[in-house]
Amino acid sequence: MKRRILSLAFLFLCGLASAFAQSGTTLRFCLRSEPKTFNPVLMADDASETIRYLTGGVLMHVNRQTQELEPELATSWKVSDQGKTITFTLRDKVRFSDGTPFGPQDVAYTMQQLMDPALHSPTGDAFRSAEGKVVTRVLGKNRLSITFPAPIAGLDKLFDQVAIMSSTSPQKEMAVLGPYFVSENKAGSYLMLSRNPNYWKHDSNGHALPFIDSIRLDIQQNRDIEMLRLVRGEIDFINSLDAEYFDKVIAQNPAMAHDAGVSLDAEFMWFNQVPTASIPAYKKAWFTSTNFRRAVSEAINREDMARIVFRGHARPAMGPISPANKFWFNSKLQPHPFDQKSALQRLSSDGFRLQDGVLRDREGHAVEFSIMTNSGNKYRERMATMMQQDLSQIGIKLNITTLDFPSLIERMTRTFDYEACLLGLVNNDLDPNSQMNVWLSSAENHQWNPSQKTPATAWEAEIDKLMHAQASSLDPKKRKEYLDKVQQIAWEQEPFIYLVNKNALSAVSSAVQNVHPVVLRPQVYWNIDQLSLSTQVARSH
Amino acid sequence: MSVLAKFVAKVVGIVLIGGLLGATLVRFAPGFGVDEEELDTRLNSQSIQNLRAQQESVSVGRFYADYLARLLHGDLGVSRTLQQPVTRLLADRFPETLKSVALGLTLGWSLGLSFAIATVLTRAWVVDALASFLAALLLCLPAAVLAILFVLARIPAQFLLGLVVFPKVFRYSRNLLARSASLPHVLTARAKGLATGRILLWHILPTAAPQLLALAGVSISLAFTAAIPVEALCDLPGIGQLAWKAALGRDITLLINLTMIVTLVTLLANSMSEWAGRAFGARAA
Amino acid sequence: MKYIRALAIAVLLIVALSSLLADVLAPSSYARQYRDLPDASPSMQHPLGTDDLGRDRFSRVLHGTRVSLVLAPVAALLTCLLAGIVGGAGGFFGGWIERCVMAATDLLLSLPWLFLLLTVRALLPLNVSPLTSVAITFALLGCLGWAGAARIICADVHTIAESDFILTARSCGSHSFRLLWRHVLPNLKPILLAQFWISIPVFILTEANLGMLGLGISEPMPSWGSLLRELGSYSALSAQPVQFVPLVLFVIVVSSFHLVLSKEELPV
Repeated sequence: MKRRILSLAFLFLCGLASAFAQSGTTLRFCLRSEPKTFNPVLMADDASETIRYLTGGVLMHVNRQTQELEPELATSWKVSDQGKTITFTLRDKVRFSDGTPFGPQDVAYTMQQLMDPALHSPTGDAFRSAEGKVVTRVLGKNRLSITFPAPIAGLDKLFDQVAIMSSTSPQKEMAVLGPYFVSENKAGSYLMLSRNPNYWKHDSNGHALPFIDSIRLDIQQNRDIEMLRLVRGEIDFINSLDAEYFDKVIAQNPAMAHDAGVSLDAEFMWFNQVPTASIPAYKKAWFTSTNFRRAVSEAINREDMARIVFRGHARPAMGPISPANKFWFNSKLQPHPFDQKSALQRLSSDGFRLQDGVLRDREGHAVEFSIMTNSGNKYRERMATMMQQDLSQIGIKLNITTLDFPSLIERMTRTFDYEACLLGLVNNDLDPNSQMNVWLSSAENHQWNPSQKTPATAWEAEIDKLMHAQASSLDPKKRKEYLDKVQQIAWEQEPFIYLVNKNALSAVSSAVQNVHPVVLRPQVYWNIDQLSLSTQVARSH
Repeated sequence: MSVLAKFVAKVVGIVLIGGLLGATLVRFAPGFGVDEEELDTRLNSQSIQNLRAQQESVSVGRFYADYLARLLHGDLGVSRTLQQPVTRLLADRFPETLKSVALGLTLGWSLGLSFAIATVLTRAWVVDALASFLAALLLCLPAAVLAILFVLARIPAQFLLGLVVFPKVFRYSRNLLARSASLPHVLTARAKGLATGRILLWHILPTAAPQLLALAGVSISLAFTAAIPVEALCDLPGIGQLAWKAALGRDITLLINLTMIVTLVTLLANSMSEWAGRAFGARAA
Repeated sequence: MKYIRALAIAVLLIVALSSLLADVLAPSSYARQYRDLPDASPSMQHPLGTDDLGRDRFSRVLHGTRVSLVLAPVAALLTCLLAGIVGGAGGFFGGWIERCVMAATDLLLSLPWLFLLLTVRALLPLNVSPLTSVAITFALLGCLGWAGAARIICADVHTIAESDFILTARSCGSHSFRLLWRHVLPNLKPILLAQFWISIPVFILTEANLGMLGLGISEPMPSWGSLLRELGSYSALSAQPVQFVPLVLFVIVVSSFHLVLSKEELPV
């Protein structure tokens, strides 16, 4: 009996201690820039997306670990009318952070804002499959349906990005349904998010979520300072860590380091194939030749790149879909081999010849081109330097130029005054529809030759056809077949020469509990409402 | 009165030209009117076209005339990259920079003048060599290295400005004080056995004061311009960091305002130096 | 002081000579990547170890030093020429010309020069060899860095122009060009020389700062900026001692430039 009383007392004390530990707890991490807007419809930058994720309530949510869709504010949903209509049943008795009740009118209002042609919302554009109006019907107290002018493949998953706004709250977009709300914004310095008292979720024991009371987001562009602050315990985690720092973390405290494996992000290069570009005709001929592109690709040692530049925390890339995208990746593809002999064979079939260590084309022009990349990104600079040595082995001279981002984008999208470019693609979405604006030949982000009136090559026409087919099909298997073919063509033609897929690296303090870093963004805090801090002394800000 | 009016007119004129030059520089810089958002693969062609159409602006002259018209009504415009009124941004950031500059100047002057006085009064080569070495070392280390050292050593980055100002203050004031200390009346005072402190306060410093005042003006300008890279490198939320962001984002409205502020501070500081120099010249004559 | 000056000159001579003989002294090419040996410790083959891409650090230091020591004086010469022309004209003719020169230098000093540099660099063609990019970077520095020197020269020329011997020469009928050539320029020589000498370390420092910001010279050409970049991050905390060699050499060379000038010659 005595023992039972003692153990009960112990449990009570533990509970009390944990309750005290949790009260006033603040999770701290860094944003790399100031959020441009708090309006979830207009968010496009990383910082704003972070705020949206932490504060916005969504109808359903892609579980970043299982990559499956889970109910949130909608308890159930049904896609009908061949993918044109989606009907939601909404959760009852939910309130916004300011106490305003949540209902179907709010979803209708959010959709109206999202699809407003004047706002040009990036999230809204994902829903625009064809010209026409989106019709929202309120079907009752907790039900509504949304009908789009044309079928949208993967329609339900798109709602993972749509934070619901209140149609009636005087606080407008600052009234939220997510686990936190913005309570303080010190421009250029930090943001404080406080626990949403009206957040609807509870854990299995009935405790209101989230566990952590507040989040302090320090605006810190300098990654060195961010890293130092982590080591000193001033912040709790770094969501996306560079390979170099990751190794430092491992050396200092291996328990903090998390490598979730290969991510969705890819680093790649491409040649300028724009017909009107101000580059010599003979160079245009090189860049539009599949053999030339394949030869360059085969002459690059991707394994070395992954091992040296990314210290082994990357792997050679194969194509537009990363192996991390379990469902959509074409597993039949293999990385391009590093084979300089084969590269020279391909080049000789196009009339190139190696003379005294210099590669010359049919007309005798020495093969030399420039590659531009964004300044300040030392990983890309190192990659380019490695490519420089690799290509010199087959007689190609590569000149590297680093430019600040606006100048680079201007050359890429307006003047087309460049020869090759090395950049990376940050991919947040699993569904291939998110890459429509890259692969369609008419798209603005079809970087090697954008906004084509008619496809310049037969293989681009084929990709157009396949991408349209996958976008209009509702059968996932069929869509996968189409997309596998797109990946195969991209692998053969190499308009983008994919180099590496980086690993999703993060560092998390041992004080943060229930952390399961994943490859999908946001890697560390995707389950923010489940995270807790185990510090015995509550940290106050 | 007319001198003051002329001075104000000159300052206003140069500041306005500075603003115009700033605007021209941004307008014709590569990457003007380009937004990183254009690379967002979620955006369709229509949205990208619209984004581009929003960025295209009128000619520099017309833009600047509009800006000046708004300025007369106290409106400094809205920052394109940060999507906030410039007045608010400056109100938020300026105090931070002022604090950094004030701290930096206090540190730079305290160190520089103390070492200079110690060198002149003690006439010990060790003190001179030590201070000269320190000044030379600080002049030799790139600001970016100093910034990272400060970050690693957990020293508030504001002190970095002090180390930028210190070598100039030390070298110049040491030369000035040494010159004053070798003047005949000072040597006489010394020979008569006056206390060192008294010689310093009554004879050396007053003679060097006008030129030290001129140096103060230059050091304000120096600290202010150094604040831009220091704040950008150390992530301090002042106007220096704002200027760096404005430059990278080709934020014409923000950059005009910041150029005008920096021009104004440089002009006032240089004018202060010139006045002090002239006053000294007149007194010496 | 005399000994320190002599020592500084000796240091500069040794460094300059060894960098000029880089092709002979360097154990391998500055660009060659020994990919099996990234971040290697010092060895017989690589006396200062290798960098993160496996390139021999000693060879890179020698070649990087050569780049800075050859091109910084060229940029300094350019600056002095521009400052001499602009500042000299302002100080000699005085009046509104001098006021305009002072206003122009005030303006140039107030403009965000880093942005100016960034802009001009982005306007240049991309397909240039690393050596050309080095020359472009230093030429830009030379073209943009004259304002401060012009102010000093303007003030000094003004003083010379108002001195008695100029007035005497003027009264004897000497025309402007002769006055400038025979009387002003010889008196300006020490100032110009001091400005030239003091500009060299300034440009070496500026290139280093640009390099550390990633805006410097194109790969694979080394410069002090790109060499110091290894230390410009959190990694500096766990850097090997040999990684500090470029920084130490940098400090020694730049301070030697400062020490060559006597206290009185130093412009502030």
